Amino acid sequence: MKRSFKLQNLGCANCAAKIENDIAQLAGVNSVRVNFMTEKLILDADQEEFVSILDQAQTIASKYEPDLLIIK
Amino acid sequence: MNKIKNLNKSEKILLIRIFFSAFAFVLLLPLYYGKSVDRSNNWTIFNPDGENYLFLIIYLIIYFIIGYDIIRTAIRNIFKGTIFDENFLMTIATIGAFLIGEYPEGIAVMLFYQVGEFFQRQAVNKSRKSIAELMEIAPEYANIMLNGELTQVDPYEISVDDEIIVLPGERIPLDGTVLTGSSAIDTSALTGESLPRDVFPDDQVISGCINLSGKLTLKVEKEYDDSTVAKILELVENASDQKAESEVFATTFARYYTPIVVLAALVIAILPPLIYKQAFSIWLKQSLVFLVVSCPCALVVSIPLTFFGGIGGASKAGILVKGSNYLEYLAKTKKIIFDKTGTLTKGNFAVSQICPLSSSGISGETLLEIAAYSEYYSNHPIAAGIIAAYGKSIDPDLIENAEEISGHGILAKIDGNTVLSGNAKLMQKFKIEFPGNNEFGTIVYVALNNKYLGYLAIEDQVKTDAGRAIKDLHQIGISEISMFTGDQDLTANKISGQLGLDKYQAGLLPAEKVEHLEKALTEKTDANELIAYVGDGINDAPVLARADIGIAMGGMGSDAAIEAADVVIMNDQPSKIAEAILIGRKTFRIVKQNIIFALGVKFVIIILAILGIANMWLAVFGDVGVTIIAVFNAMRALNPRLSIRHT
Repeated sequence: MKRSFKLQNLGCANCAAKIENDIAQLAGVNSVRVNFMTEKLILDADQEEFVSILDQAQTIASKYEPDLLIIK
Repeated sequence: MNKIKNLNKSEKILLIRIFFSAFAFVLLLPLYYGKSVDRSNNWTIFNPDGENYLFLIIYLIIYFIIGYDIIRTAIRNIFKGTIFDENFLMTIATIGAFLIGEYPEGIAVMLFYQVGEFFQRQAVNKSRKSIAELMEIAPEYANIMLNGELTQVDPYEISVDDEIIVLPGERIPLDGTVLTGSSAIDTSALTGESLPRDVFPDDQVISGCINLSGKLTLKVEKEYDDSTVAKILELVENASDQKAESEVFATTFARYYTPIVVLAALVIAILPPLIYKQAFSIWLKQSLVFLVVSCPCALVVSIPLTFFGGIGGASKAGILVKGSNYLEYLAKTKKIIFDKTGTLTKGNFAVSQICPLSSSGISGETLLEIAAYSEYYSNHPIAAGIIAAYGKSIDPDLIENAEEISGHGILAKIDGNTVLSGNAKLMQKFKIEFPGNNEFGTIVYVALNNKYLGYLAIEDQVKTDAGRAIKDLHQIGISEISMFTGDQDLTANKISGQLGLDKYQAGLLPAEKVEHLEKALTEKTDANELIAYVGDGINDAPVLARADIGIAMGGMGSDAAIEAADVVIMNDQPSKIAEAILIGRKTFRIVKQNIIFALGVKFVIIILAILGIANMWLAVFGDVGVTIIAVFNAMRALNPRLSIRHT
């Protein structure tokens, strides 16, 4: 399943790259893209685990950028 | 003032903090240095004299006002397992300054950093906004007639063959054909063309254009997802996925740069004091400089931004670039091969000469009239050209019979007369005597009641801007411009001469075009000199895909060609190719400038730190200052205002 989410408070391009890298390492993620310019997260992951992957993605995002919110 | 109003609440608070602490900082400077704090005998926070405690407290208050959020984030991030982020580095650097007794410097660095961050955020926001504006071609609704009332619905809900109504001032939501009404439409968002286009019933219109003057009823031809506007949005948004070499370089570089610099900071803080038995405080300062310049932000932010800007700027000009890497390829293009029909020429046939047989005594006008009547029922493009040249209305009642003889022409009975119009083979078939002819182009011979009357020469017209396109390309330093065509040598030669091409290959079958291109590709001596192919038809798809960079004519090109191409010219004008190359070069130039500038400054600061003469101010400039300048430079890519100087 592939879905796109708007990101709020994405301020640092380097963090965006790190977040993308870390999310890509999660089990069940087929592909992921964090677009700094359009402030979007495009996540392609297994349907059954999508919700839990999205939660993990939020945890990763907060780790690098505390104010970053993935808008669901 | 307006700019301040546009800020959000947290930005306004930050601005107030910046102004307050800057004011307090300046006010305190003369007091601090005026008191002539004796710092010669290793005065630090650990052994201050009584009077300086007051200063320490005041400075600490200002420090927390300007830097509390940075310190808070740094502490929070340490607990989350992220060290060495910017917040951490700034906190360490400024606390370090306090520890060695440089209170003003500690505050100044934090202040400078906050100002820098503020500007950087504004710059990023501004460029995000310009990009969002480019994306604003998406239609929000479509009007349909529901129970006799005009109702707005989501464009997604409309299916093919539905009728939609577009009122003046509205954006055309889906691709379609005009059923009723006429209007002028503004296609500038898609084609970069500033002149409005007039549309009438049966004309095709594309989504994303703005209807300017009249009410139009359209028959929808494509669902929203297949419509031009949806495709363009998808293209532009995904374009940044195809990363250019320099973008890959920046991310790879960032991955190694930060840990190396942080490690170097550690080494410089520990080794020299141990070796030279110097005070730790001196080298601690230099190592803090290392930490501050260790962020690769300037590169990581500015390079993708530049490419995004370049792609956005190109799409404003009606040029779709499918990825950052293609901008880089465009910049490196040295040779261009054009397809002829539909690319350099309009692909519609027009009558170029009317030659009645002088002994027959008829006028050119009559000859054209007879030909037009005979071709009336034919749907061959040549027939359309003849009828268009005649221009007057045709009375179909006069045409009693018209028969198309495949590969020859037309045999028609008009108002009691037998008319033949077609090629030489048709004349020979009906044993009509006609003079031989080596006229250029396609010839349509006309005979009335088995008597030869004269001929019409039909030509595919060269696009009005084709000549300028070739001239521009030569002007900007494209070394070789050639043309591939399936047409006969005579036609190719004339067009080639007319446009000033360097060479041409005539009489090519589609497969041969690929062969010739491959030959050109293998003959290349320099791998950095790329060959572009420009085409429009289905035959071109394999050639477009094979070329270093494939450029398709979007308006009339086939879907297959657009799919296979890397760059699409929306308004079919070949003159846009020079513009696309210039945009590519400008983008690439900005990227190179930013890489050299950012790395250069950081490198110099690191060297100065090793020599022991860099200070924190310089370091903060090397971090945020460089990023701001790089971001501002990157934003130039959004404005493709280019001019080609004609000599």
